[in-house]
Amino acid sequence: MGIIRTDKLAYEYIRRDEEGNPEGITRAIDGVSIDIVPGEFVAILGHNGSGKSTFAKHINSILHATEGTVWVDGKDVADPDNVWDVRQTAGMVFQNPDNQIIGQIVEEDVGFGPENMGVPTKEIWERVEESLKAVHMYKYKDKSPNKLSGGQKQRVSIAGVLAMHPKCIILDEPTAMLDPGGRKEVIRAVRALNQVENITVLLITHYMDEVIYADRVLVMDKGRIALQGTPKEVFSQVERLKELRLDVPQEILLARSLNEMGISIPENILGVKEMAQCIAQEYFG
Amino acid sequence: MSIIFNHVNYIYDADTKHSSYALKDINLQINKGEFIGIIGHTGSGKSTLTQLMNALLKPTDGEVYFEGVDINSNGYNKKELRSRVGLVFQYPEHQLFEADVFSDVCYGPKNLGLSKKEAELRAFEALRLVGMDNEYYYQSPFDLSGGQKRRVAIAGVLAMKPEVLILDEPTAGLDPKGRDEILDQITRLKKETGITIILVSHSMEDVAKYVDRLIVMNQGQIMYDDTPREVFKHAESLQESGLALPRVTYIMHELKKLGVPVDTKAITVEEAAMEIASLLRK
Ligand SMILES: Nc1ncnc2c1ncn2[C@@H]1O[C@H](COP(=O)(O)OP(=O)(O)OP(=O)(O)O)[C@@H](O)[C@H]1O
Ligand SMILES: Nc1ncnc2c1ncn2[C@@H]1O[C@H](COP(=O)(O)OP(=O)(O)OP(=O)(O)O)[C@@H](O)[C@H]1O
Ligand SMILES: [Mg+2]
Ligand SMILES: [Mg+2]
Repeated sequence: MGIIRTDKLAYEYIRRDEEGNPEGITRAIDGVSIDIVPGEFVAILGHNGSGKSTFAKHINSILHATEGTVWVDGKDVADPDNVWDVRQTAGMVFQNPDNQIIGQIVEEDVGFGPENMGVPTKEIWERVEESLKAVHMYKYKDKSPNKLSGGQKQRVSIAGVLAMHPKCIILDEPTAMLDPGGRKEVIRAVRALNQVENITVLLITHYMDEVIYADRVLVMDKGRIALQGTPKEVFSQVERLKELRLDVPQEILLARSLNEMGISIPENILGVKEMAQCIAQEYFG
Repeated sequence: MSIIFNHVNYIYDADTKHSSYALKDINLQINKGEFIGIIGHTGSGKSTLTQLMNALLKPTDGEVYFEGVDINSNGYNKKELRSRVGLVFQYPEHQLFEADVFSDVCYGPKNLGLSKKEAELRAFEALRLVGMDNEYYYQSPFDLSGGQKRRVAIAGVLAMKPEVLILDEPTAGLDPKGRDEILDQITRLKKETGITIILVSHSMEDVAKYVDRLIVMNQGQIMYDDTPREVFKHAESLQESGLALPRVTYIMHELKKLGVPVDTKAITVEEAAMEIASLLRK
């Protein structure tokens, strides 16, 4: 059984007027059943308002299903007795690190989670060191988080989640406000956690080039999963992705342009190096 | 002549022990009708720069001029300035406050003294421009998804019909189609009305595709101010400062490394395809 599993999950936001009477309903999640295996790297794409954040908020029990069930590591998240365990198993990193950073200095901030969990002091410091090292931020441990760049802050908030030793980490647009260098750092750190520590990763993003490393891509539309597969499978459906308001990495656009110009290049090659190699092969014959 | 920065310094928390330079000796001229991109690492001073342009911040030293007048001089009408130099903030939450989406977008034009009817017409037009469906018009802007909030914030500024439109990372958090739609609409608006556009962005691909002039900020100073093509010739120093080249330009560099005699100057997919096609056809 998967580490994250949902069965016909549905969620409705109910809008109320000043008197509290229901005014309207948005069915933000509409029948999502998925099964994510431990150690899997899953990327979630989807247009604005397609339900990505709403879905993510179910996994660590911030929102509660209107219909259907969510299990994290076999535990039903709807059971209040499980909330504590669930939040330790599945850690969440939000889009804006400022909303997540609370400590006055970096190590204190990272230690906050394990401290709250009642981890003994000595082990807290071990976990802090290990988590900061995992995201290459150990040398900033005595700094004030306010003095860090956006990419550094975001890595500190990832370390804060790691220190709770989750089996699974959910990142909701963690790179939206970062410069290209910071984006690369965060994605590299996330991939390392997945590959080295075997942590299950759920990455929500609008950047197509960040998902090429995922094992599986889910595309959401109107609260449902409209498309899923390996990055190669998903990105080969350019027209369908356009209908879903998405895009493909520039290497695929390049291959398509070349094909339109009568030069035959496969349209499913992902990665800058891979694409260059393919064109070079064509050139050298 | 539109906006001029003359030896501008900006220090946050001046006079305290935390004081730090956000901008150092900025000299800059932004001309009417230009489409300018601003890129730079996080914390390089981009947002500080944009807030000095419409007098939300006051320079620690130096002056900022709009159409020849120092915007921080005594008696200068800042309210009028802000309607002519419109700024969409980096975090749209900072800009939304009315009870529903439609009133939020009407607020600016109403505040300019336009009639209710005229303000509403402008709101309809602006919301259409950013692609917000009318099913959302009477919902609270706080109950929207991240990308939807951003569209409403952009519409609010567009509805004031500013002469200079400053967008601080307007496409962060937008889906790819939304990103293209908004940048295409802005380009069209510029062609039709001749407004000046200043686009702060972390997307190298977007600035390569859309802007005519690209300013690169680095640690509070202007590092480059040139056409995107010229700027992207500085691969190494851009990377050192936390930036990158457009993805397709990396493919060209990689090809060159592999011994293919390509010109690496392409910064858009179309340019790269032309260059590669002409080589492969030989
Ligand atoms: N607090 C809320 N109250 C009412 N409706 C909401 C609320 N939050 C989100 N919604 C609605 O639920 C739907 C899904 O929103 P959600 O935030 O999950 O989308 P998303 O896929 O994360 O979008 P984005 O890419 O813009 O972040 C949207 O139609 C949105 O307007
Ligand atoms: N309100 C503030 N108080 C103190 N320092 C600030 C404040 N706002 C910004 N700074 C500092 O000023 C510098 C410039 O910040 P600014 O927000 O202009 O950068 P930016 O280029 O817009 O970055 P980003 O890409 O992350 O938005 C940074 O070092 C930042 O930490
Ligand atoms: Mg979201
Ligand atoms: Mg900024």
